[in-house]
Amino acid sequence: MIQNLRTEVKKLLKDKKVDIIIGWEKGSLPLSSTPAFIQKEEDVDRLIFDETCRNNLTTYLTKDKRKLGKTYDKIGIIVKGCDARSIVLYSIEQQIKRENIVIIGVPCNGILEKKKILQKTDGKEILKSKIDGKNVHLKGRDFDLTIPLKDVLCDSCLTCKYPDAPVHDIFIGKPRKEVDIKDEFKNVIDFEKKSSEERWEYIKEEYSKCIRCYACRNVCPACYCNECFVDQNDPQWIGKTPEVTDSIIFHLIRNLHVAGRCVDCGACVSACPADLDLRIMNKKVEKEIKERFDYTAGLDINEKPVMASYCENEKQDFIMG
Amino acid sequence: MIGIEPERVQFSWISAGEGERFANIIEKITNEVKKIGPAKRLVKGAKQ
Repeated sequence: MIQNLRTEVKKLLKDKKVDIIIGWEKGSLPLSSTPAFIQKEEDVDRLIFDETCRNNLTTYLTKDKRKLGKTYDKIGIIVKGCDARSIVLYSIEQQIKRENIVIIGVPCNGILEKKKILQKTDGKEILKSKIDGKNVHLKGRDFDLTIPLKDVLCDSCLTCKYPDAPVHDIFIGKPRKEVDIKDEFKNVIDFEKKSSEERWEYIKEEYSKCIRCYACRNVCPACYCNECFVDQNDPQWIGKTPEVTDSIIFHLIRNLHVAGRCVDCGACVSACPADLDLRIMNKKVEKEIKERFDYTAGLDINEKPVMASYCENEKQDFIMG
Repeated sequence: MIGIEPERVQFSWISAGEGERFANIIEKITNEVKKIGPAKRLVKGAKQ
């Protein structure tokens, strides 16, 4: 698979179809990867793709020049299913021109969640690691562990229905197509059944952990505003303290800003240093939109943004008499 | 979803010409909110 990927990328660079390729390369620590920006053919062999390729690299495609340093005419990007869905959104929202991007899809089997792995090792440092088919082998100073992959995959990968890029120019390897998952919203449905008190207690508990570092916003492919509402001083929309009320308001507003746009790539969850349950609210909004508008973000490049279109026969049951 | 009482957040359409309807709805909402009392959740410094 990886050889095919490298050959295709080399071809693209050789034929000058792209100016730069964005992909992943091996990180400096075991089980880590880091974004790779490849412009020369001889660097192509640095590219990798495996269960450690966490980052949603599509954030580099937005107009924010701080991220890539300059603008490129033609960008090639290697994507998992969720990443490709982010590109679909960028195209719908006119942040990119689809014809300027060469999308290279790779078959994704899920991505490892570092936090889950560290729980298994009791936070001990991993010195050596190996991933084979269904297991991860970890070696440290005084431990030697073999863990089934499915125990340490990201939560969003466990309920992922679209592991392959729904839109792509090149696909490497065999697509898995749509995966049949029935309990995609299980966490939300369980949560909805709880009483108002229980829900409030949980939300309060979770969001009081937030240190307001905004890492979730920074990694989010849907968060590309030039100036985020949390950074504005005039008017100041929300309090800037890590007090729980301020934090809840921040997360709720962010939830609504990414409503109908979140592709559940799980980047926010992985980036969160305080291990918040950020997914429950995003999934709730996703479920709500699925039920009301039968819409799933990032699947169809010709669709209108769900929150910016109106249809006469939409349900209005939330409006009182 | 986060445990805010549903009575506290209500939506309605009222035209500028519907003065009576406006008064009725406001009265209904204020009565309902009075019934559940002051907000304790999402209020800074409120006793939980």
